[in-house]
Amino acid sequence: MATMRDPEVTRELARQEGMTGEEYDRACALLGRTPTFTELAIIAVMWSEHCSYKSSRIHLKKLPTESPRLIQGPGENAGIVDVGDGIAAVFKMESHNHPSFVEPYQGAATGVGGILRDIFTMGARPIASLDSLRFGAIDAPRMRYLVGGVVAGIAGYGNCIGIPTVGGDVVFHPSYNDNILVNVFSLGIARAEKIHKGIAAGAGNPVIYVGSRTGRDGIHGASLLASAEFDAESEAKRPTVQVGDPFTEKLLLEACLEAMKERGVVVGIQDMGAAGLTCSTLEMAARGGAGMDIDIDKVPLREAGMTPYEIMLSESQERMLLVATPESEARVRALFEKWDLEAAVIGRVTDGGRVRIAWKGTTVADLPAAAVADDAPRYDRPHARPAWQDEVQRLQLERVAEPSDPGAALLRLMTSPNLASRESIYQVYDHMVRTNTVVRPGSDAAVIRLKGGTKALALTSDCNPRYCYLDPEEGARLAVAEAARNLACAGAVPIGTTDCLNFGNPERPEIMWQFVRSIDGIADACRAFEAPVVGGNVSFYNETEGRPIHPTPMIAMVGLLEDVRAALTQWFRSEGDAVLLLGEPGGSLAASEYLAVVHGLEAGRPAPVNLRGERAIHDAVRAARDARLIVSAHDCSEGGLAAALAECCISAPGGAVGARIALDSPGRLDALLFGEAPSRVVVSAAAGNRARLETMLHAMDVPHRVLGEVGGSSLKITVGKTVAVDLDAAELRAAWKTALPQVLRK
Amino acid sequence: MKFGIVVFPGSNCEHDIYHVAKHLLGHEASFIWHKDTAFAGVDCLVLPGGFAHGDYLRCGAMARFSPIMGAVKQFAERGGMVFGICNGFQVLTEAGLLPGALVRNAGLQYICRDVRLRAERQDTPFTCRIRPGTVLTIPIGHGEGCYFAPDHVIQELEKRRQVVFRYCDPKGEVTADANPNGSLHAIAGVCNEKGNVLGMMPHPDRCAEEVLGNADGRRMFDSIVHAWTQARRNRI
Repeated sequence: MATMRDPEVTRELARQEGMTGEEYDRACALLGRTPTFTELAIIAVMWSEHCSYKSSRIHLKKLPTESPRLIQGPGENAGIVDVGDGIAAVFKMESHNHPSFVEPYQGAATGVGGILRDIFTMGARPIASLDSLRFGAIDAPRMRYLVGGVVAGIAGYGNCIGIPTVGGDVVFHPSYNDNILVNVFSLGIARAEKIHKGIAAGAGNPVIYVGSRTGRDGIHGASLLASAEFDAESEAKRPTVQVGDPFTEKLLLEACLEAMKERGVVVGIQDMGAAGLTCSTLEMAARGGAGMDIDIDKVPLREAGMTPYEIMLSESQERMLLVATPESEARVRALFEKWDLEAAVIGRVTDGGRVRIAWKGTTVADLPAAAVADDAPRYDRPHARPAWQDEVQRLQLERVAEPSDPGAALLRLMTSPNLASRESIYQVYDHMVRTNTVVRPGSDAAVIRLKGGTKALALTSDCNPRYCYLDPEEGARLAVAEAARNLACAGAVPIGTTDCLNFGNPERPEIMWQFVRSIDGIADACRAFEAPVVGGNVSFYNETEGRPIHPTPMIAMVGLLEDVRAALTQWFRSEGDAVLLLGEPGGSLAASEYLAVVHGLEAGRPAPVNLRGERAIHDAVRAARDARLIVSAHDCSEGGLAAALAECCISAPGGAVGARIALDSPGRLDALLFGEAPSRVVVSAAAGNRARLETMLHAMDVPHRVLGEVGGSSLKITVGKTVAVDLDAAELRAAWKTALPQVLRK
Repeated sequence: MKFGIVVFPGSNCEHDIYHVAKHLLGHEASFIWHKDTAFAGVDCLVLPGGFAHGDYLRCGAMARFSPIMGAVKQFAERGGMVFGICNGFQVLTEAGLLPGALVRNAGLQYICRDVRLRAERQDTPFTCRIRPGTVLTIPIGHGEGCYFAPDHVIQELEKRRQVVFRYCDPKGEVTADANPNGSLHAIAGVCNEKGNVLGMMPHPDRCAEEVLGNADGRRMFDSIVHAWTQARRNRI
């Protein structure tokens, strides 16, 4: 049954395909014989870390997935949450880290393409994307090239296909010098009854291949590129990166949605992403408890002479596999022809659960679908707290000098890469197409209205890698808390979470410990905010020559606003408005941005979050907004209270406004101004509403204080009797806006 | 009245136009597929934004060969209102329905943000409800929006008052800083000699209702409806 030219299958060959000896034995036992070369390749990729989640699966089970709104939890192409009125929100986040480091433009572009397919394969029209990017220090080798390439790749793909990129976040940190992160989130909307799944059912139903032809690009993207760490040879992996074609994906999107809109045409549908035809055939068959007979001579190819191995492993982009009803075969062809796309019947669904691949009249693979897809090895890898953890958590503040000029320190923070305006990045993304963007990038959360009603969805993504490095569990909890807080600051209630868990090599106990602790933190916090994790992605092996990235459990959260007109933004509005802080004023310098930027220190334990108290603050923000008592709300995070106040003054699209702020000093001035802590929100209210707002907050038992008022041309912060900060707001705004383009242009 | 929206493969803003026409203005709207060769009963034809045929070649260079373009030209020659927005503008210049060309932005980057436009003339169906000199805030979203034409063409355009919108500052002054893409003479939109074909890079369809924070674009669509109403009244 093996083809003539195939190499002999041995343990050594299995090792080259990325399998361990035990995994090879397991494969042999599963089949009761030695696998063919093509079978070996299929099993190796299905059991790769990227496709099988073999190191993470037992831990992911701890994440909360239950919610009265839940329509589809983890395990499908994307998660689905009910937003009412028969509308379902379909969303997911995925990583495309290694490809983006090897080839930033195409890596990022195909990252966008991949997540969009995950959304529209469910029958949902994608309506918004977010991008969470982690870059190394700007001066690190290739970094400006990587930043430019990734941003251009996201813009190139997203703009062309016409899905707005409405937000995300960007962090620069040296731990990403040799392994950047590109995490892409997308949200789609579907009528609840029109949702489709990646399932093969109904013996005799045609299996139809649609979209681009299959080429030799991206072979081993999942198994070798995404499931191994980087080394000096990584440059040679460039051919494993795929090339994106957003125009073809646009056609595919429209054609697939048209096909799914028609009753009784599409039985199941799945995109060909990681591991291409292999993953889509086996997973669809496994989900449906069915099998498939596939004739790969029928697969449309870009070049002649491709082997079954290459065809099954190709990760050529913009391809989908669908199972249709027999009577609709002609209809599917006509629909795709309208969009100038190929549709080829490449096989049939069968009973019995085996996926059989035929090539030139011989069977090159005959595999039990469910066993290969679902019975991948599961590892409970050893995990242990590293000895250095205590050391990095130690912080001797008495050795940290207080700034002689806090205003200068604030200016330095606001123009540092992590706090400077992101306008130069989001301006190259079309964030308005589809005309739903009510709150554009540049506020705490983007708000997307749902046409045809009053509802809107708020979107945000967050993760502070420094917190996660210094305390993985608390860092993860803080990431979830910040995401929920950002949604509250837009006036929204969290309804679901998707995560993208980026870590180093899981075979190292300290990395596994970071991972396990992070899961605990996410699980805990998502429960507290009733924001179940409906799907996501794990990306391991983010390290180069033993240097791992900081643990980065990226959290993307979706919130619901019943009334789009209640959407809030972060910036101050009018002279004379009262400025209040919800939460306690004092923050911690431990793990702070200030300590890193001004003192070059990364140490201490981030201030922990009290989830109940945190939620009370969010409820208070929403209640104040519903009562029309506040006109802005802004999360107080990196850079502390002073940075939050500065952002309130300078981030409005229309221009800057000043504020007069008075604080009492209980201790260190820098801790008061730049110290970080969760559960804090800066709000502003018309002067006439201040008393009512205070009464309401008092009744809700939410800690709060009046900090001052909006007005004047400068941000003036008085502490006790001394003026600590007095910065011209317009000048601060200009410096904040030009800082990032300036350092990136160098 | 009835809006006809031409859909090319790669059009992205056809639903945005549809939403404005149907749900905000309360008029009829329908899509016209680029492979069709005729359409009927349309009062205003809109060529929407997007990346027709992927724009892998010069923007709009492929779309001018789409089968529908013959009918679009005939409709324009008969005096029908033809409105090209962003990619639609690029297609109209490539098809020879409007003079000039749209080339790469001076900053070499795609730009998505609000800009200010000064309305230059009121005697077109697209601006009949907007006084000359009015400053509108309208978003742009393009990488190839720098208006270019040879000197003599620009002189002719100016002489015949075919420049309908110019990029300007909030006070209505045309300045280098207010020009987002390096367009010659700060040209944001031009019409043909008769004034029934308009192309513009900014997107009035993206700011036609208060919920999006800005309804300035609505004034152009109101103008179109007003022009149609007037024309019908004159005919009766």
